[in-house]
Amino acid sequence: MAIEVRIPTILRTYTGGAKTVDGAGDTLDALFTDLDAKHAGLRNRLVTDAGALHRFVNVYVNDEDVRFTGALETTLNDGDSVTILPAVAGG
Amino acid sequence: MARYDSLLGALGDTPLVGLPRLSPSADVRLWAKLEDRNPTGSVKDRAALYMIEAAERDGLLRPGCTILEPTSGNTGISLAMVAKLRGYRLVCVMPENTSVERRQLLTMFGAEIISSPAAGGSNQAVAMAKQIAEDHPDWVMLYQYGNPANALAHYETTGPEILRDLPKITHFVAGLGTTGTLMGTGRYLREKVPDIQVIAAEPRYGELVYGLRNIDEGFVPELYDASVLTTRFSVGPRDALLRTRQLVEVEGIFAGISTGAILHAALAAAGKAAKAGEKADIAFIVADGGWKYLSTGAYAGTLAEAEAALEGQLWA
Repeated sequence: MAIEVRIPTILRTYTGGAKTVDGAGDTLDALFTDLDAKHAGLRNRLVTDAGALHRFVNVYVNDEDVRFTGALETTLNDGDSVTILPAVAGG
Repeated sequence: MARYDSLLGALGDTPLVGLPRLSPSADVRLWAKLEDRNPTGSVKDRAALYMIEAAERDGLLRPGCTILEPTSGNTGISLAMVAKLRGYRLVCVMPENTSVERRQLLTMFGAEIISSPAAGGSNQAVAMAKQIAEDHPDWVMLYQYGNPANALAHYETTGPEILRDLPKITHFVAGLGTTGTLMGTGRYLREKVPDIQVIAAEPRYGELVYGLRNIDEGFVPELYDASVLTTRFSVGPRDALLRTRQLVEVEGIFAGISTGAILHAALAAAGKAAKAGEKADIAFIVADGGWKYLSTGAYAGTLAEAEAALEGQLWA
């Protein structure tokens, strides 16, 4: 099961400069654990010690914010696209 | 009656127009709230007037005062107009990668612009403005990202207008920037229409805009309350441009690029309702017209060319 994950510039130090990486997992939590096995330290930048998404990290599955779809428990399917972005200001 | 004593009286009470060609069926209908019909041509006029009037009531603003605000454009233009009519000086802190039209409009209305580095985006404009405010304690920063009057403007005006014109509303869709429009309108509609879906469309910029952001120094507006929203979509430039063009080609509405992103989310909600066989009346915000973005290249050439032209720009 392959899920494409888009990595923001600031976190590409963990992916050897790669803009996108492939991962696997039935949930976002499992996906981040899988990614961390290949890109050590990445999970820690996304998830707090208490097991929640970092406040200034936004994660989208097929463009929908995961905080509205179960956060780390959001279920994933083969072919889903995951985007990670820093939170920015608008207006 | 459409006669007003001055320009500020003409603010708000904007038209809500149906989109018969883009709506999936007679049962699932899209409605556009034309906020470009405000005095300076954007939804931000509402927040600007409310924030200035609240500061006047609180005794913060007196004639001759200087207002300081971090803004990527529309809020600055709205504030500049109100400030001009009320006798205040306005200083805007704006990222340098915003369109030339916005700069010209601000200058024309008499505002002064302090540019913040493109690489730091709006986050750095906010940080710079906070620093400048410390250096000038007599200046008044209205701070749209945390000023309750921003959301209140929409709670007291945008929300009631939409419900008055569309009592059967099932979905409300707007852009997420300061979050003021969604928080204020969303809260009002939730109180009156228990099952309403409140949907946020957030612009996803090109790589360059996020490039140097440190993930530990991100920014979430103080006004933001996730419990007001049903869901939140990130919309990239390609989808935003496609919908912006569709809106003018199919329905004759010439809107800015962020409105394309909002329409994209509205159409997704419409498609979902149609597929489920549900009735829906979906109102969305046309945040501004397309005039200020002509120089970005968004309206010329192929979609791919327009997308390339937008790379690195703050288009919403």
